[in-house]
This record gives sequence, C-alpha cells and structure tokens, in this order.
Amino acid sequence: MDLLSPVWLTLKLAAVTTVILLLVSTPLAWWLAQSKSKWAAVVEAIVALPLVLPPTVLGFYLLLALGANGMIGGPWSALTGSALTFTFTGLVIASVLYSLPFVVQPLQNAFVSVGKKPLEAAWCLRASYFDAFISIILPLSLRGYITAAVLGFTHTMGEFGVVLMVGGSIPGETQVLSIAIYEHVEVLDYGSAHTLSVGLLLFTFIVLLAVYFINRRFPTHAD
Amino acid sequence: MRINARFDVAYSGFDLKVDLDVPAKGVTTLFGPSGAGKSTVLRCLAGLERSNNGYMQVGDAVWQDESNSYFLTTQQRALGYVFQEPRLFSHLSVQKNLEYGYKRTPKNERHVEWDQAINMLAIDHLLQRKPHNLSGGEQQRVAIGRALLACPKLLLMDEPLASLDKERKREVIPFIRKLHDELDIPVIYVSHSLEEVLQITDTMVLMREGESVATGHITQLCSELELSEYLGDMSGSVIDTRVVAHEEEFGLTRLGFDGGELYVPQLPIEKGHGQRVHLLARNVGIALQKPQVTTSFLNILEATVVEVAVPDITRHAVQIKLDIGVPLLANISRKSLYTLRLEPGQKCYALIKAVSLAR
Repeated sequence: MDLLSPVWLTLKLAAVTTVILLLVSTPLAWWLAQSKSKWAAVVEAIVALPLVLPPTVLGFYLLLALGANGMIGGPWSALTGSALTFTFTGLVIASVLYSLPFVVQPLQNAFVSVGKKPLEAAWCLRASYFDAFISIILPLSLRGYITAAVLGFTHTMGEFGVVLMVGGSIPGETQVLSIAIYEHVEVLDYGSAHTLSVGLLLFTFIVLLAVYFINRRFPTHAD
Repeated sequence: MRINARFDVAYSGFDLKVDLDVPAKGVTTLFGPSGAGKSTVLRCLAGLERSNNGYMQVGDAVWQDESNSYFLTTQQRALGYVFQEPRLFSHLSVQKNLEYGYKRTPKNERHVEWDQAINMLAIDHLLQRKPHNLSGGEQQRVAIGRALLACPKLLLMDEPLASLDKERKREVIPFIRKLHDELDIPVIYVSHSLEEVLQITDTMVLMREGESVATGHITQLCSELELSEYLGDMSGSVIDTRVVAHEEEFGLTRLGFDGGELYVPQLPIEKGHGQRVHLLARNVGIALQKPQVTTSFLNILEATVVEVAVPDITRHAVQIKLDIGVPLLANISRKSLYTLRLEPGQKCYALIKAVSLAR
C-alpha cells in the first residue's frame, strides 16, 4: 500500500471541504447571527447535530441518501450515471455536513461580536449591502474566519465513522488517513500506523498552535 | 428649502408621533429628555428604521412616501450620520476611514473638498494612525469628517458629544459650529443638553415621550411660558446680540439687541460681531418703578408684562413673560406677584442679575 496516497487524498478532501464550507456557512451564519425568527433556533439545532450525533448514525443516513436510490444519489445517478456512495464527491458532501458546525459557529460568533453598528455606519457612507459586508464585516471577522477554516480543515482530516460508512476504503478514491491507519492496524502493520498517526498528530497540533498563537497576538477588531 | 418628515410608529411600550417641518439650512436640534424618541427619529430619517406610514422630503426630493410604497434605502439617501459613539472602522487607518464614503461618492457629487474638511476639523496629523490610537475627541472629529466627505445633502448627528468629557466637548463644539458657517449642509442634531444646544442651534424641536411638541427658532421657543417648565431651572430667554462697544475703563462690553443694550464682562470679540446670551429666568427680577442710583444692577431695562403664568400653589415661584423689545422670561416669587399685582400690559422694569454667554 502506497503510504503517501491517503495523505494527499486527506489533504485534498479537507481543502475542498473547507472551501465549500466557508462559502456555504457565510450566508448561513450571517442569517443565524441576524435573525430574530423562531426558525433560527431550529436551524441552529440542526447545524449543531453532528457535534453530538454518533458519526455512524450520520454516516448510515448519508449512505441511504447518497445511494443510487437515495434522495440525493438517485437524481445524481440519473444525471451522471453513477451513485455518490464510495466516491470522492460523496465524501465531500458527507464531510461538509459532518464539519458544518465547526465552521458555522465560529463565524456566527464573529458576526455577533462585530455587531450591526459598523454595518450601519458603512450604509450611511453610501456602501451597498454587499459592499459593506465585503469591506467591513469580512475584515472585522477575520479571526472568526481563521478559526472556522482551521477547525473545519482539521476536523475533516480526522473523520472516520462517516467516511467508513459512506466512502469505504478505495485507495486513491476514498481511503483517507484515518481509514488507512485503521487498516494498517488490522493487518498488524504497526510501523506504518505509527508513521501516519504521528504525522497526523503533529500536523494537527502545529496548525492549532499556530491559530491560537495568532489569536493571542492579534486582538479582535471589534470595538 | 425645507425638510418635512412625518413618522407614526408604534413600538412596544412607546409610540413615536413626529411631524417635522424645519428649514433645510443651519442646525436644527431635536431636544428632549432621554427616552423621548430623538434617536429613533434620526434613524427613521436615515432609513435605518422603516415605518409603514412614514413620509420624508428634503427640499424637492422625496426620500420616503409610504402612501406610494416609496422608500429610499440608507445608501440612496446621500446623508451623513454621526453616531453617539464614533463607530470608526477599526481595521482601517484614519485616512482610509475618511476615504470610505468619499470614494463611494460619484465625482460630480463631491461638493465637499478633501482638504477643506481635513483642515476644518484639524485632523491632517492623524491620517496615518489607527482609530484606537486616537483620543475620544479626535475619534469624534474623524467621524464627523468621514460623514462630511460622503458629501451628504443632510447631516444627522446623534448626541455626538455625549461620550466626551467637558474638555473634549469644548474641543469639538467649535468644529460643529464651523460646519454650518463653512459648508452649506443642513444639520439635524439630537441633544438633551441645553448648554450644547444654545451654542450650536438655530431651530429647535422639542420632543416629549415620542412626540414633537413644538418647533421654532431657539430665541423664540425658549421664551414660551408653556415650554419653560420642560427646562426647569434652566428656563430663560435666549437673545442674539451684537457687540456695540467696549468700556475698557470698567472692563465691560455693551451688547445691543432689538430692545436695548446689556452689559457683560468684557468679551474678546470685535465690535459688530454676534453674541448669543442666555438670560435665566431665575436671574431676572421685576421692579415697578425705575430704581435710580440706589441699585448696583447694571442691566435694568424697560419692560411690559405680556403674560403671567397660572400660579402653581405647590411652588413658591411663578413665571412672567415680559417684553423688552424681545420676549424675556422672569421668575419671581408668588408673594412678589401678590404684592406687585402684575397684569398683562403693565409697564415695569426688568432687573437682570446675570447674563450667561452661550457662544
């Protein structure tokens, strides 16, 4: 088994997932931060589900939904000719759902702490809603974005249960780091398991360390 | 050119009922105690709050007419807003803060010159700094500059001095006064401090419990008996005067107004220049005969009684409105009213104990 192939696959999965998550979570977190609707609480609860749900439960339902006869997989296979289960695309969809709260919550907190005041000031200076968001809210929420990106990335790197259910272990396609480690252990190849585990441990630690270090060095922008 | 606005909004536990008709020139102050709805009016004017039956017009331009479902968003209104707290963008330098609205103003609408605003507010030495390195007064001056450079057709100021201490207030007030001397932008100003209002206001709108109670020029409004109760012991007439002459040997300045002259301690102002004075009602007494050389009062003016307020038997004092060429409020004891038997039309003399200078 190629030792590095799961590493690249995992990094690719985490990167793609993080990019999609940042794009999807920005409007969602913004809405949650602003909304006074009672539905906001319902949406918040749904977003937070992956935090507490056993990954196997999420993975099980995703397996059904993404399969050739599933809610998402059905139309997808009609369109493309193949189901989403046991594919990289399927893994991305599963990872986005699985890591959603880790990105939405830091963003939501950042938006709440920036508040509406700078935004109103920008509107009074002729900035359109979109312009004001890009030029004022984004830079003032930068720390929230860094935290969200890192948590989303590292959490996706470490997922196991959902991937196992939805993606299985196809080398080069769905065999990510955590799965590879598990398989090395199963065949008693402790050396390879060690190499990958220590690598993952160090990488995650260094990334987190960098983030917390940056967060301490640069105080928030909120007044 | 006038500014017209009507807002009628029911908030929970608070009804806003405002009808504004004020000149689109100089400084108009919404004056009233905290909780009177002044800031909410400003937010409605800015389009930050929308009421379903609002109407607003600046000169010929209608900004909101809900009877036709017409509503310009804040961005479309070409206004400047100075908030209670400076609300500078903390990630941008002072320069970038000032440029924010300026750059978003189309070139043909840039009627405020960059250098003019910077020099007027004396902020050119701050341009490279970040907002958190500025003092409160400096921050508020930058906020005013930022609003001006967005070249507004109407400038809204919500107690811009409230967060500043006395010294900083004294630092910023001259800049606000310069605004309407140097730039032809109408200002709507919110305040609950009479001292502040006296220094900068032309037109005053009195607000009580969400309603606009009275509108008028400050010199006229402050002499209304019905309104004086709102001001408590700060009630008194406001008179715009001019320096007539200095009496150097006595260290005095004579101020002239339509009804006569007032002595005040010598002012460092040249002859002919304007000076607004505040004559607190409690500092004005009344005599039926002209005191001859038997008094030390410098300011004794012929007066006619115009109106006597209905005495309130729970209070010892009563307000009298006199005419000395301009209206003048006096506060005398009920006992004095009883002995002098003052009635409208009666000739008398106003004895002015002290004159406060407003600007």
